[in-house]
Amino acid sequence: MNLHDLTLAQTARALADKQFSSREVTQHYLDRIARLDKTYNSFITVTAEQALAEADAADARRAAGNAAFLTGVPFAHKDIFCTQGVRTSCGSRMLDNFISPYDATVVAKYREQGLVMLGKTNMDEFAMGSSNETSWYGPVKNPWDTGCVPGGSSGGSAACVAARLAPGATATDTGGSIRQPAALCGITGLKPTYGRVSRWGMIAFASSLDQAGPMARTAEDVALLLGAMAGFDPKDSTSLDRDVPDYAAALGNELAGLKIGVPKEYFGAGLNPQTAERVQAALREYEKLGARLVEISLPHSHLAVPAYYVIAPAECSANLSRFDGVRYGYRCENPQDLMDLYCRSRAEGFGEEVKRRILVGAYALSAGFYDAYYRKAQQVRRLIQQDFVEAFKEVDVIMGPTSPSPAFAFGAKGSDPVAMYLEDIYTIATNLAGLPGMSLPCGLVDNKPVGLQVIGNYFDEARMLNVAHRYQQVTDWHAQAPAGVMA
Amino acid sequence: MAIERQQVEQLARLARIALDESTLARTTASLGDVLALIDQLQAADTAGIEPMAHPLDAVQRLRPDVVTEPDQRAALQAIAPAVEAGLFLVPKVIE
Amino acid sequence: MSWETVIGLEIHVQLATKSKIFSGASTAFGAEPNTQACAVDLALPGTLPVLNAEAVRMALLFGLAIDAEIPKRSVFERKNYFYPDLPKGYQTSQLAEPIVGAGHIDIDLADGSSKRIRIHHAHLEEDAGKSLHEDFAGQSGIDLNRAGTPLIEIVTEPDMRSAEEAVAFAKKLHAIVTTLGICDGDMSQGSMRFDVNISVRRPGEPLGTRTETKNLNSFRFMEDAIRYEVERQIELIEDGGRVVQETRLYNGETKTGRSMRSKEDAHDYRYFPCPDLLPVVLEPGYLDQLRATLPELPDAKQKRFVEQYGLSAYDAGQLSAERATAEYYEQVVASCGDAKLAANWIMVDLAAALNRSELALAQSPVASSQLAGIIARIKDGTISSKIAKQVFELMWKDGGTADEIIEQKGLKQVSDSGAIEKIVDEVIAANPQQVDNYRNAAEDKRPKMLGFFVGQIMKASQGKANPQQVNEILLKKLEG
Repeated sequence: MNLHDLTLAQTARALADKQFSSREVTQHYLDRIARLDKTYNSFITVTAEQALAEADAADARRAAGNAAFLTGVPFAHKDIFCTQGVRTSCGSRMLDNFISPYDATVVAKYREQGLVMLGKTNMDEFAMGSSNETSWYGPVKNPWDTGCVPGGSSGGSAACVAARLAPGATATDTGGSIRQPAALCGITGLKPTYGRVSRWGMIAFASSLDQAGPMARTAEDVALLLGAMAGFDPKDSTSLDRDVPDYAAALGNELAGLKIGVPKEYFGAGLNPQTAERVQAALREYEKLGARLVEISLPHSHLAVPAYYVIAPAECSANLSRFDGVRYGYRCENPQDLMDLYCRSRAEGFGEEVKRRILVGAYALSAGFYDAYYRKAQQVRRLIQQDFVEAFKEVDVIMGPTSPSPAFAFGAKGSDPVAMYLEDIYTIATNLAGLPGMSLPCGLVDNKPVGLQVIGNYFDEARMLNVAHRYQQVTDWHAQAPAGVMA
Repeated sequence: MAIERQQVEQLARLARIALDESTLARTTASLGDVLALIDQLQAADTAGIEPMAHPLDAVQRLRPDVVTEPDQRAALQAIAPAVEAGLFLVPKVIE
Repeated sequence: MSWETVIGLEIHVQLATKSKIFSGASTAFGAEPNTQACAVDLALPGTLPVLNAEAVRMALLFGLAIDAEIPKRSVFERKNYFYPDLPKGYQTSQLAEPIVGAGHIDIDLADGSSKRIRIHHAHLEEDAGKSLHEDFAGQSGIDLNRAGTPLIEIVTEPDMRSAEEAVAFAKKLHAIVTTLGICDGDMSQGSMRFDVNISVRRPGEPLGTRTETKNLNSFRFMEDAIRYEVERQIELIEDGGRVVQETRLYNGETKTGRSMRSKEDAHDYRYFPCPDLLPVVLEPGYLDQLRATLPELPDAKQKRFVEQYGLSAYDAGQLSAERATAEYYEQVVASCGDAKLAANWIMVDLAAALNRSELALAQSPVASSQLAGIIARIKDGTISSKIAKQVFELMWKDGGTADEIIEQKGLKQVSDSGAIEKIVDEVIAANPQQVDNYRNAAEDKRPKMLGFFVGQIMKASQGKANPQQVNEILLKKLEG
């Protein structure tokens, strides 16, 4: 069996059993990346030397008897997490030269566990996108069909896991950026409850919506990675002080009696019929596992995308003001004066989608428009949250499709930005409400993966992972690999 | 809802982003598309609803007044585009 | 035709915390550039703010001191604009829900009356860094040490009607924040900065257009700037012009003002609640706890000084205005027991010496105990007031206690009547003509002529003869 066939959990157990060393498995993945990633472009920076050094250190730690369960396991960080001494580009020319002087908390936590970083994965620029087509470093190709997008913004993390270039990866989700690429690449990804994972060192896009989360091939893997990243951080005012449960412990719980809410608004127009059919099949599988399906309504669903495209751009328009060519990052050549320094550094450093969202944000906040847009969107946000709160009085989890269709071809969304925005139509509401959401593979349409979305109540990640794990015990969609990656 | 070119220029100035002629035209069009999307919000009945700035029902934690950060100038300025005598350099600021 | 001046102030007060409002970097003054600017202060990507508890406490203490409404909850907002000394491209401030609501400060006017100046609100915000414009060949150098220092911005209602009122308010505010210990009050270091909003109008008419003059950092400059601007506005209107709403700068050295280079676009700050910070909510009971820690405020202290020490309202006002001065005064009184003498010595001799040496009271080479020592020796007759001034000067220069100096320099007052009588006799004997002139002079001319003899006696005794006794004995001998 190839080392890259092993799930993250299997890799950890094998390391514990001394079936191979961390150096061996790390070298294995580095070789695969060197050989295969030119096809997928899932990595922006590969930290080969550092990875091997970390692997050796992990092996030494294991030999000394100090290894944690995840020590020595290779993985990748989305290039949105600040990694000390390593380029952190956020997929943008603006930060192409940014060598971070500090570690994000998520990075520090993984380092402390002894996980081995293979490199930084590609992403839509500043996490703005649903296809990984906006990266300064070129688009990422979907391993299932390289003429298609992997989804975004965490396209690189999703693709590298799907292509077996890493057994797991970190990612972030602001409107669906973990779940949608997980769905399009046939892997499992989870966005935790807002405040569950620290945002310190995670380059901000929309501060009240961003959350870090893991991507891997199985619910068990995701449970392990989540446990290693979750927890209170005093450096993040929006981080919640709540115990981190042992996510792996509850994976095997019975599902009998589980009430699954199925929102009727998520099965309407715009949903690819074959995708719908695969998701329905998954729901029937859950009934066989003992769950009960309950039709629910989230009546303000249609307002989620409009509300998001006010709030996220508004927050990002301020968050990205720090990129001005003064203290770090891209600076234009020969600035004539201060205005020129700012205007040209930002015009040249940012891509089109980023600029567009900054301008939308400035518009939504500007004098005379604040009430009609920003304030209105925040009110709608509360209505959307209330929909979920009501629903969770009746059901334990909510399920539906993650994405309206499987992976689409590059350039398919054309020049109308809104067509791209509608990719996130099922995922966005969870970010607005701050709820946890995950996607797991539940089928293939034209040999392209389909994702089942599971939305949980606040801090109910353990149950969501349990729900996903039980499904993965009776199906094998999550074990399928794209053709061509197994070599 | 369409947006005027001149409004886009104004926004670009506020946001300190230079827009050349072709970008301005393209941006004006695409911004119009996005504004049409977010205008859908106007149909929502939000009377009496409190705006929600945070998904958490939590309050700000306070930290003790202790100096925890030492001088890190060397490390932090190593990545700066232009530094002299410990200062970040920019084209002259006129008040 | 008379004009009415309408003045409102916005004052930025640096809070005396050890670390910054949102980061753990130091706020100490005078450090090398950018050695107190951490990743948060530099706005590195991924950095986040966490609120300093002490800044909150200090702001609330201020609110309590000015009897303000204090809401249970306050919210930070982002004020968006670009400037090199503002690393994030926005300033974290407060707008819709500030930490301190409406309050008031009462000021004493020259005619003895009191006037209430209403405070609209006070809010917390972070300070920006500094730009240095010389020495960099067409460039500016940015120092971000100051970026992130906590400020409260205090906004008054336009209740002041003259430069005097504005200065009285500013001084009162200065006294309050230093007494509370929330600000070191060192205006030369920028601990308090004043923006003045000024308009003029004919009495009875609606408010005129106002201008804002920014960043005044001394009472003197503020007073001058107000007078300058009022004159400018009046002249402008009387010449048929109209006042333009604008932001101005005033140069205290050259005594001129100018409009700031106008920004191409009007400021649209696009305020919105900062999503990296949560609402600040006060625990029930916290305000009461805090109120119990309020020190004696300047007004209360002034009243007490009048009652307890029998001082005039003016003297009490002078001595109670600054916390350091008040403490010093009370220490001296406690030591030497003479409230009036202590008051005089501090307000006259000590003040003059500090002024001459350009020192603040905190740096005075003469401590309260030392000054008390001098006063004690005046009271017990060891030295005369005149000699005391000598002792003070020596003490200022070389230190030491009053007793040490008196001993070393042999300055003890001669109070032995026998010794004095001897000197008086000698002087009388040596100046027969003056004695005759005196005895023949009219009553009202005599006191002045007495001075001659006193002078001679003082000279002969190296100034040490007890003046009262000299007078007594001299008069007796001259008038028989």
